Amino acid sequence: MNLFLKIWRQRNAKAPGKFVTYEVKDVTGDMSFLEMLDALNEELLRNGEDPVAFEHDCREGICGSCGFLINGVAHGGRKATTVCQLAMRFFEDGDVLTLEPWRARAFPLIRDLIVDRSAFDRIIQAGGYISVPTGSAPEANAILVPKDISDLAFDAAACIGCGACVAACPNAAAMLFTSAKVTQLNSLPQGQPQRDHRTVSMVVAMETEKFGSCTNHGECEAVCPKEIPMEFIGQMNKDLAQAILHGEREAAHTVPFDEFPEGE
Amino acid sequence: MLDPLIPSGPIEQKWDKARFEMKLVNPANRRKHSVIIVGAGLAGAAAAASLGQQGYQVHCFSLHDSPRRAHSIAAQGGINAAKNYRNDGDSIFRLFYDTVKGGDFRSREANVFRLAQLSVNIIDQCVAQGVPFAREYGGLLDTRSFGGVQVQRTFYARGQTGQQLLLGAYQALEEQVAAGTVTMHTRREMLDLVVVDGKARGIITRNMVTGAIAAQAADVVVLATGGYSNVFFLSTNAMASNTTAIWRAHRRGALFANPCFTQIHPTCIPVSSEHQSKLTLMSESLRNDGRVWVPVKPADTRPPHEIPENERDYYLERRYPSFGNLVPRDVASRAAKEVCDQGRGVGPSGQGVYLDFADAISRLGRDVVAEKYGNLFDIYERITGEDAYTVPMRIYPAPHYTMGGLWVDYHLMTTIPGLFAAGEANFSDHGANRLGASALMQGLADGYFVLPATVPNYIASTTFERVTESDPAFTAAKKEVAASIQAMLSIKGKRTPDSIHKKLGRLMWDYCGMSRSAEGLEKALAGIPEFREEFTTDLLLVGTGEELNQSLEKAARVYDFLELAELMCIDALDRNESCGGHFREESQTPDGEALRNDEQYSYVAAWEWRGAGEAPVLHKEPLTFEHVHLTQRSYK
Amino acid sequence: MSSTKPLDRATKVRSRKITRGKIPTNPALALWHTTIGKKIVMAVTGAVLVLFVIAHMLGNLKIFLGPEQINAYSRFLRDVGQPELERGQLLWIVRIVLLICAILHIVAAYQLTRISHAARPASYAHRKNVETTLAARLMRWGGVLLAIFIVFHILHFTLGAVGFNPGQFQDLAVYQNVVAGFRVWPISLFYIVAMGALCLHLDHGVWSMTQTLGWATTENTKSLRTISRVLAIVVFLGFIAVPISVMAGWVR
Ligand SMILES: Cc1cc2nc3c(=O)[nH]c(=O)nc-3n(C[C@H](O)[C@H](O)[C@H](O)COP(=O)(O)OP(=O)(O)OC[C@H]3O[C@@H](n4cnc5c(N)ncnc54)[C@H](O)[C@@H]3O)c2cc1C
Ligand code: HEM
Ligand code: HEM
Ligand code: SF4
Ligand code: F3S
Ligand code: FES
Repeated sequence: MNLFLKIWRQRNAKAPGKFVTYEVKDVTGDMSFLEMLDALNEELLRNGEDPVAFEHDCREGICGSCGFLINGVAHGGRKATTVCQLAMRFFEDGDVLTLEPWRARAFPLIRDLIVDRSAFDRIIQAGGYISVPTGSAPEANAILVPKDISDLAFDAAACIGCGACVAACPNAAAMLFTSAKVTQLNSLPQGQPQRDHRTVSMVVAMETEKFGSCTNHGECEAVCPKEIPMEFIGQMNKDLAQAILHGEREAAHTVPFDEFPEGE
Repeated sequence: MLDPLIPSGPIEQKWDKARFEMKLVNPANRRKHSVIIVGAGLAGAAAAASLGQQGYQVHCFSLHDSPRRAHSIAAQGGINAAKNYRNDGDSIFRLFYDTVKGGDFRSREANVFRLAQLSVNIIDQCVAQGVPFAREYGGLLDTRSFGGVQVQRTFYARGQTGQQLLLGAYQALEEQVAAGTVTMHTRREMLDLVVVDGKARGIITRNMVTGAIAAQAADVVVLATGGYSNVFFLSTNAMASNTTAIWRAHRRGALFANPCFTQIHPTCIPVSSEHQSKLTLMSESLRNDGRVWVPVKPADTRPPHEIPENERDYYLERRYPSFGNLVPRDVASRAAKEVCDQGRGVGPSGQGVYLDFADAISRLGRDVVAEKYGNLFDIYERITGEDAYTVPMRIYPAPHYTMGGLWVDYHLMTTIPGLFAAGEANFSDHGANRLGASALMQGLADGYFVLPATVPNYIASTTFERVTESDPAFTAAKKEVAASIQAMLSIKGKRTPDSIHKKLGRLMWDYCGMSRSAEGLEKALAGIPEFREEFTTDLLLVGTGEELNQSLEKAARVYDFLELAELMCIDALDRNESCGGHFREESQTPDGEALRNDEQYSYVAAWEWRGAGEAPVLHKEPLTFEHVHLTQRSYK
Repeated sequence: MSSTKPLDRATKVRSRKITRGKIPTNPALALWHTTIGKKIVMAVTGAVLVLFVIAHMLGNLKIFLGPEQINAYSRFLRDVGQPELERGQLLWIVRIVLLICAILHIVAAYQLTRISHAARPASYAHRKNVETTLAARLMRWGGVLLAIFIVFHILHFTLGAVGFNPGQFQDLAVYQNVVAGFRVWPISLFYIVAMGALCLHLDHGVWSMTQTLGWATTENTKSLRTISRVLAIVVFLGFIAVPISVMAGWVR
């Protein structure tokens, strides 16, 4: 089949960007979406043009590297699927597909379809951990975790940090991502001692990183490739209120440094 | 002869003894010492976090945009530990024994024993970090059996164990970043190692966004940059997995051990088109219930359900009646290749065998099968469009793991003082074949426990001259790196990096893959220099080095693969025996099984770089086995 | 290559941990300090407003019981609380609470909206909604319309300052005022449109409130959304029944 791709091209954060349309010929159903882009890039390279920059690594839906909007939907709109897991079988001859990068102030564009998601790392830095200096852990089975709690923690821990939730949210909020980590750690017995500090810090970090504020649109949940439920957002809100009632007032947040100054 | 510096004494006490003999660094002085860690996968992140906690000034580099993307994230099956929670006869000694034997007697006993000892602490550490391992209803940790061993010692977190372990290490690392002990340098690719006065003192990196070439000096450099299966172009590894960091260290003097020891995993989804960019692993656990078969007749194109029972060849069950479909990875892979070479392979390419669940479904019912393997069947369907409940799966072996890597001593130090290697990047613990669920264990043992003891020991026992990034060695190395990038950009030929990589991969797969012969290896050794020539004269790149340029990044990695490939073939040719993942056609029993040659090859082959175009020099580290008796493996 | 710098930027600039010491000690202020806290304030004040609106709607329906009933009800609202409180005092307390809620609700809405707008400076050329509803997307504009409505409505029925001929508006004669007020069809129309906005606001708002406060779960979300919708529709119908009946001449 032949497809038309309308792809956002932008050399760097400062350069102006625009959509450029490419035709990709002889796409077969067993190719993956990213293999189709590989084919386009080989073609572009042979014609002396800049290949389309897009992020990817594992190509099996677990590393969270890939992601852009296909026809307006983050990761392309198939349930529980990342861009790299899309097969071309799902598309039809003559389809016109628009490929647009995640857009959020907290995710500055780097090139074409690649954005900088390091804000997520800084949210984790603010409190997305349980402090266990290496060697100080108790015997593993000394900590009993009821199976349902353990399963809940796993559901939350499944987040791959792809950023689709932010991209799809009309408010560019990072609530789903943050709530997933908060829920994982706050539900486990190991996470209790730092519970309040974690919650307040991570919530404040979202704000300092310039993410938006949630109005419960639910777009995030709909596009999340790991099906993280919105329920966790409510859970995090509750945890925040509790933390504040408990008197937690400290928010540690690492100042983002300007990683990609222009002109370098 | 290489000295691995194994402590004397009984094997159970070696690690304790070594730790006691290690020199310590006063807490107040730690801040004055800097450690570079390249790689933030399981091994790198664990080491960076742990050394940061101790108070060293750590600089951690990753070519990814976040440590959480490292390839360790993709590991599915689980992680071994000798906890013996099941009371089923497991012990540190048994894990040690299984690993040495599984590695076909080509690993170092002392290292493996330490690994088995530390496995226990790893689980404690990870649980405390909040890693959501599978649990029983009573709240205790669950385990399962994995990779053909008789005990249930594999801890797992659904099918995403690597992800959960990596996130644990990543979070510990980010905590240290916030605490200011670790500086995280993401999207920086290490392109050279800087050696000053014989000691590793820093690295040269390229900022993958701006192209800036920068130097970083330190007292110690640790490489934890993962494996090099991507030399085959198609593998189960992530796209960015590469050999660049360890290869360039090798060029600077670090010996490369057992480069030809690669593991080909038997259960991957077969290649479906020439556009294929990577292969997807289907968990090994599928072989517990699936039956492997091919048609008896070659070139039988009938759909599977039309092939009657008596025209099917359940070749693993036939050849290995006692282990059947559960033979180890290397045996299963080779057997699949044989039947496909006989023209009996299935699927459009003829490179595939059936993994059939029909019996399991009729025996256990569809629901039970779905509960056990549902997510794998889903992955399979997503990729192939086929429903494995009704049509047998098609699988084929694929490159998966590299046991070879930089040679390291008991302290994980390479032959360059101050340069350490950890995780899949070193050659250490798996011998000629890695058992399932052991790589995660090794990466974390190295990162959480070994390096945090041995790196300080090195620091405490070394006097460091002041070295800064403006030293001539750094300036020169930076110039070299910049020049090599410029050189690639100015070739302006017609071959894209991918097209050369694909050709190399094909060649390596054919001649240095699942089965190797002197003749084939000679062919490969003749072919590789031609590809290199093609690369240096006809490479096609566009854009500049001063921007994000993914084909430029790719090209540099491909060139290193082109050099590494040659060493792999040289090593494979040199080792005229079959062991583990390395099968030499010349060395087999009359009925086609691998035949080890302990008399001549019971050593680690560590190769020294002698310059481009020069033959590498072989150094041997003899292997002795005091606790595990050398036996030929048999799965009949 | 020219751009070899002595040191990478990031190697020089250490990440620094800052403590935002600004978080106020007072729990309410601390809550207000965070975005999620503001959102919780919106939910709580929203809930108060919802309760008021329901009560108000029920009160309005007394109009169908005739002038005496509703006018008596209006007087009752002022008398209630006696003898412990002066006449009208309780009403004022309620009025003040409502006013504070409305102000907090609006200020929070405004501030959070600003934050969200700033969070996506470059908008998508093409983005498709998958899950969100029209009601959810109209919360902000609908809210603005409601604010305008409330101001107008107080000037209208409470103060008689707009929409009446001079001398037409009589204090405490709710029945007569309403009938006279809704005879002016553009005003009735405006009321109906505003009630439409209220309906949409509640359709998303009531469910949203449960989600914000962490009561919604994956399992109960469907039911909560239904409850929210039913409530919104009941409130809508309950309110518009009055202007429609007046215009149709059923209530005169
Ligand atoms: C599909 C799959 C499934 C697996 N399942 C299992 C399993 O169930 N159990 C098990 O035990 N093992 C499993 N393995 C093996 C195991 O996952 C790996 O061996 C292990 O994770 C390697 O960890 P690592 O830390 O050494 O390297 P990696 O995780 O590969 O990390 C490498 C790091 O180095 C960085 N890096 C690389 N090169 C450079 C450079 N030049 N400059 C800067 N940074 C660089 C990368 O950014 C990354 O951070 C599996 C492997 C695969 C492919
Ligand atoms: C007066 C002007 C008003 C404005 C500007 C306004 C604006 C908003 C906005 C922007 C939201 C956020 C949307 C969301 O979170 O989903 C909201 C939520 C809400 N509003 Fe209003 N609103 C107004 C009046 C009202 C009134 C009169 C009521 C009650 C009848 C009300 C009840 C609610 C409720 C219950 C919520 C949900 C809160 C939450 O999700 O946590 N609002 N409002
Ligand atoms: C068709 C619908 C409505 C009718 C007929 C109506 C009618 C009235 C009347 C007659 C009064 C004066 C009561 C008195 O002075 O005793 C009043 C007051 C008021 N109404 Fe409404 N109303 C309607 C809708 C609404 C809505 C939707 C809101 C809020 C969102 C609202 C908020 C108020 C307020 C705040 C007052 C002032 C109460 C006071 O302080 O005395 N009304 N309404
Ligand atoms: S919550 Fe879902 S969409 Fe958001 S980052 Fe995690 S996996 Fe991606
Ligand atoms: S889409 Fe956005 S508004 Fe909230 S529920 Fe999800 S973060
Ligand atoms: S490339 Fe890893 S999730 Fe898509």
